[in-house]
Amino acid sequence: MSDGPRSNESRKLKPSKLRPADVVSVGSSGLRTRKMRTALSALGITIGIAAMVGVLGISESSRADLQAQIEALGTNLLSVQPSGGFGGGDGTLPEESVAKVSRIGPVERVADVVEMEQTILRNDVVNPNETGGLSVMAADLDLLATLNGDVSTGVWLDEAKASVPTVVLGSVAAERLAVTEVDQGPMVYIGGEWFAVVGILAPFPLAPDLDRAALIGKPIAASMFEAELNPSIIVLRTRAGSIDQVRSVLGPTVDPQSPDEVSISRPSELLEAQDATESAFTNLFLGLGAVSLLVGGVGIANVMVIAVIERRNEIGLRRALGATRAHIRRQFLTESLILSVIGGLAGVVLGALVTAGYSTAQGWQVVVPPLAIIGGLASAVIIGAIAGLYPAMRAARLAPTEALRAT
Amino acid sequence: MTKASPATIAQLTSTPALELIDIVKEYPGTPPVRALDGVSLRVEDGELAAIVGPSGSGKSTMLHVMGTLDRPTTGQLRIDGRNVSEFGDRRLSAVRSQLIGFVFQQFFLIDGMSALDNVANGLLYAGLPTAKRRVAAAEALIKVGLAHRLGHFPNQLSGGERQRVAIARAIVHDPAIVLADEPTGNLDSAASEAIMELLHGLHQAGSTILVITHDRELASSLPRQISVRDGRIETDTSPSHSNDAGSGWPAGKSAPGHTASSQLLNRANDE
Repeated sequence: MSDGPRSNESRKLKPSKLRPADVVSVGSSGLRTRKMRTALSALGITIGIAAMVGVLGISESSRADLQAQIEALGTNLLSVQPSGGFGGGDGTLPEESVAKVSRIGPVERVADVVEMEQTILRNDVVNPNETGGLSVMAADLDLLATLNGDVSTGVWLDEAKASVPTVVLGSVAAERLAVTEVDQGPMVYIGGEWFAVVGILAPFPLAPDLDRAALIGKPIAASMFEAELNPSIIVLRTRAGSIDQVRSVLGPTVDPQSPDEVSISRPSELLEAQDATESAFTNLFLGLGAVSLLVGGVGIANVMVIAVIERRNEIGLRRALGATRAHIRRQFLTESLILSVIGGLAGVVLGALVTAGYSTAQGWQVVVPPLAIIGGLASAVIIGAIAGLYPAMRAARLAPTEALRAT
Repeated sequence: MTKASPATIAQLTSTPALELIDIVKEYPGTPPVRALDGVSLRVEDGELAAIVGPSGSGKSTMLHVMGTLDRPTTGQLRIDGRNVSEFGDRRLSAVRSQLIGFVFQQFFLIDGMSALDNVANGLLYAGLPTAKRRVAAAEALIKVGLAHRLGHFPNQLSGGERQRVAIARAIVHDPAIVLADEPTGNLDSAASEAIMELLHGLHQAGSTILVITHDRELASSLPRQISVRDGRIETDTSPSHSNDAGSGWPAGKSAPGHTASSQLLNRANDE
């Protein structure tokens, strides 16, 4: 037999080839014929991704809300109080400290309140010991402006009202005293005297102590109760950027003899701490999401192993039709990827819906971080690839004769 | 060479569709099981032949080796003139995708696909675009008499019709040889007869078909029978063995440009 070119060897042997579009249709054919199983096996991934997207979305929405709150309240607020440590004084600051603080250059606004010994009662017949945790304070007229506060009903004190028996209630105090409006001229009983309620304040997120206080003017406090007007709390606003400078000189300014007995705090830091606490919970839930993703991945791997066993004949047929081992491997890998991406997409949608629902219910703006969406889909792809790898290699290694054996 | 008889020249110069040269297939074990014990066989282009033998005779192993689904332990396998014995997985897959068509006893159709797409799968790994695959598939289905069943799914077809779809899939890429493994094994006698008629018809039109069967009666209806027992060829009614050039030559040989005789002429003219 001649080894030379043959007359009818016109047929060139081209390598087997599977077009990219066919890879997708071949890879999805098994899923299309088993829709229920496809849905159930994608569900694990869906739950995992939804949990992660939801947790990230909700925490991001809540953080955005908190940031908006902090932004609105300002981070340039400082509050000065006597520190209540050992050998702490009588719980007040020197009387002239407000004036001194106001002379610090970058301080824009300053106000103080004086804690009173008197108690506030709803009327003269209730038990005087049941104060409900409320306190009475004599306030600077500048207090509301310094705190960026607002009245929810009525008016804030002015110079006239400050020297007559009128009172403005903090939001919690008003609630506990069952005062909801000021039009009817409700009266409360402070230190044995009747005071007219002229306003109710909106809550102060930066100064929750004031929510539980009844605020009266300093002149009436001095004339009616003969109170000494040493400040209990001084609040001040600095120019943006100068807060650390101001903070460092506040102690010596307020109390030159014992600057250590002055405690200075930045209320916005409290909200930020709250934010940090929430992110600890976020990490916990993210961990739970990761675990369910892992379980979902194992589920997909399991289903794929079963599919390879069930579809031995199909694998054999495809090999007989000219599929290479690589084609078979690609088919099952594609199938596993499609499965996990379906799960991932559904999970992202579900997670976004959960975020939208919860945030809307909380009155927050809805934030679904793009990173959560991208990360969710990327982890779905990675999980699909890992879960499909072993079953796909098993399918590819299956000998055609073995695969074609009748089941 | 000039003095040789025409039949001999045909054997020397034409390319057989399939050629096995001293094929041995052993399965590991102690002692090893020798499923094929030195099989040599030549199937010419355009032949219709049966490999017949009882179960355990080695005919299934022979089918697997001829179809490049399994490798021989020793010996040479040539398909359409190519020595494929040394081919790796990728080139063997290419051989299957372009040179061999398989017909199985169990049809092996994919349930979720129409007859048309099942047949088009025969060209899937040739890298043709879907539209071209479907055109060729429709032509093949018309050839096997299923023009009215293109969009039907396997579960809407009778057994005979399913096997027709499988045959269409086996010929859609115009292979050098069609290997049919017990093609009537799952069919009733009427459907079996129709399938054999179809194979004869395809043979008339020029296809090279090898039917593997245990059914001596079915085998005897084909122009050539190769009887296998214990891994060896027992008898072969081939013209190359009987030296009777007339009886075994298939009628399809007369198709122009595609036959051993015309190749012989070309070859003779070249020389």
